[in-house]
Amino acid sequence: MSPGGYAGKWLEVDLTTGKMADITFPDEVLEQYFGGRGMATKILWDRLGENWAELDALSPENLLIFATGPMTAIYPGARICVSGKSPVSNGVVGSTAATEFAVEIKNAGYDGIIVSGKSPKPVYLLVTDDGAELIDASHLWGIDGEKTLIKLNREITDLLTKRHPNVGLWKEPGTMYIGPAGENMVRNACVMTKMCHAAGYGGYGSLMGSKNLKAVAAKSRKSFPKVNATTAVNLMVDQAHRDLQQVSRFRRWGTGWLGFGAGAGSSSEPVRNWQDEWHDEESMGVNRYEDRYWVKKKWTDFNCTLGCMKVSCIQSGRWKGDITDVPDYELQAYCGTNLGIFDAGDNVHISTLMDKLGHSGINGPNTMGYAAELYQRGILTEEDIGFKLEWGDTEAFDQLAHMMAYREGIGDILAEGTYRAALKIAEMKGLKPEETLKYAVHVKGIEIGAHGTRSDADFTHDMNYSASVQGGDHTSTAGDGFSEMSGALFYDSAVYCTFTARGPSPELQWDMLKAITGFPLTMDMWRRVNGPRIITLQKALLLLGGPDVVWDPVKDDENPPRFYEPLPKGPYKGQTTDKDRVDIRTQAYYETLGWDERGIPTRETLEKLDIADVEPLMAKLRK
Amino acid sequence: MAKPIWISRDYQACSGCRRCELACSIHHDGWMWPEASRVRVFMPFPGVEVPHLCAQCQDYPCVEVCPVDALSTDSIGAVIVDREACTSCGLCIKACPGQVPTLHPEDNKANICDLCGGDPKCVDVCVEAGYNALTIVNEGPSIHRKLYSRHPVETAKDLAVKMFGEKGEEVIE
Repeated sequence: MSPGGYAGKWLEVDLTTGKMADITFPDEVLEQYFGGRGMATKILWDRLGENWAELDALSPENLLIFATGPMTAIYPGARICVSGKSPVSNGVVGSTAATEFAVEIKNAGYDGIIVSGKSPKPVYLLVTDDGAELIDASHLWGIDGEKTLIKLNREITDLLTKRHPNVGLWKEPGTMYIGPAGENMVRNACVMTKMCHAAGYGGYGSLMGSKNLKAVAAKSRKSFPKVNATTAVNLMVDQAHRDLQQVSRFRRWGTGWLGFGAGAGSSSEPVRNWQDEWHDEESMGVNRYEDRYWVKKKWTDFNCTLGCMKVSCIQSGRWKGDITDVPDYELQAYCGTNLGIFDAGDNVHISTLMDKLGHSGINGPNTMGYAAELYQRGILTEEDIGFKLEWGDTEAFDQLAHMMAYREGIGDILAEGTYRAALKIAEMKGLKPEETLKYAVHVKGIEIGAHGTRSDADFTHDMNYSASVQGGDHTSTAGDGFSEMSGALFYDSAVYCTFTARGPSPELQWDMLKAITGFPLTMDMWRRVNGPRIITLQKALLLLGGPDVVWDPVKDDENPPRFYEPLPKGPYKGQTTDKDRVDIRTQAYYETLGWDERGIPTRETLEKLDIADVEPLMAKLRK
Repeated sequence: MAKPIWISRDYQACSGCRRCELACSIHHDGWMWPEASRVRVFMPFPGVEVPHLCAQCQDYPCVEVCPVDALSTDSIGAVIVDREACTSCGLCIKACPGQVPTLHPEDNKANICDLCGGDPKCVDVCVEAGYNALTIVNEGPSIHRKLYSRHPVETAKDLAVKMFGEKGEEVIE
């Protein structure tokens, strides 16, 4: 019998041939890597590691992985992890999203899906209790995320009703899909779900698009997988909910209070492509969203009673009919202040547009803000863009977002993401790369989340991004190389929400893990062995990188130049990221994880972590 | 004799957490099983969530139509299924104005809310979380209950317009 909490098998889909197969992993592998990011990293190393540096992330040989974990949907806040070789960082990113798809796929009998190859025509994958099938998606290709979701809900419900008309009404399936940005392989496009949720970091929307895979959907009538100790789990889930219900500010505002608070309070919010991190515009206050746009104030994902979401809708004016969530802080910042937009309604609009086009709401607008700064500095001109790209011009950014999604004009270059666009623009303008890269706010090609390091007053500090195997991803940053392991890396591998992890005690979460799986694993073991093993594998694959970009072990474990400029205004004026502290903490991080002074895992570490097969490739890097 | 109760529903207050489904299935089936739950939350468009459960119509068309008398009512007004007698014909589903019952995914028997004998678990978790989408009222049978036995997608279409205005007309096909 497989450990509790697992469906017990994975689905493997070759889109080139249409062949599908069920596969299983040994219990020891599950115990070591859990699921989600851990399993994805393991699978990617095993199958692609040898030729990693030569593998184009957008080629059919790359794998697109959807992975649940043993705690998915049982612990409050159901999520799924999407992964593969990242078209953005050329490493591995575990990119999670809250979605009913995670619940349905698990109940349908699969802990995860490994997609390889490329379909000759647009398709979507449907997994039900009848099995897995590929369905023609020509009618969905080219339509936006919102319409895709509406159509999938209808047609899959109709299909299942037709097949099984007598069991009662069929509910809508769980779905994940791409918008036009993913279809057109906008490098940092995301995989969307539930209208406004995204597996945002990593660019897996473009990977999905490269495979002609418009969507994945699942619907099952079966129960959750059995667990090791049912009664104990039920009691602990009840307790976790009671704890979550005490998190009052989150329940009331989600992260929507930060659009004002991270600017006015902690000076850590991107403003005009990070030229500033401070503002005190009350028009970005959470009350402005609540009073005018929130039509549902308590909105949650599956088995979550924390509820950081609120449904926003614009009911009048030029953006009438736009629907999204809060927007959460990240999108308030990136679809708002970072573009010089300080109007809640315009911010809801750009956020909705990102959802519909399938741009990552963080990464896409980072690139737009970058373009606007180049315009401000005269590097990009009206002629290059086709119109004036002034800060705060919502219509102009609306148009630019479309041009990126459809790769029109300058949009074709910007669709490569901030880092690669910077290189291309430098070439186009006859500039040195550093002349355009100095305004590019990314780490390892991954545009940085909306939390700055200069004020040192947010949760992100000195080397949190620069040393991270997931680059600019604010949801999983580097820290001390020890206690950090039982944070995001654990949540992304057991696969539950990083927000629902706050409230219930760590002891409760680890007790529940044991009650679910039966694994005799402690937090300490995870911090010393399991976690470092996954992070070290991610690090190795990130260092291998390629083929278009290979990161330099030392030079690129660094913050963007902007993060060392002094803050120009506000209570933290003049303050900046402490370079000495970045350097010393980076060395401490390497040391703790058993990597050499350049951040390359040592032979001893690889042997100790039982991943000695990585050694030959690392030995080459050490030369 | 126990007094009749009813589960009053406020759809717009539903957060979509589906804890009601989990509480129901844990109580009746011993483990988390959304599709075995006697209450199911439909979400034909995100943000538009409709908990779908028996409304205890005053004339109980499901009970009336059952050809083998497997369905009956109890003192609090709940429909009780005799699983031994049920032949899985599905007539109760067709007779229900809102097609609320399902055939249980495990044994294929009619699956209908039994009000947990007067202490509905779905209400407990919904109220505990402060949503109050499902609450208990101490009211006897009335002609209004049957109005709530309605196809959840039709309910959702109305709710969508209420929430999103004109745009609401387009979000559910």
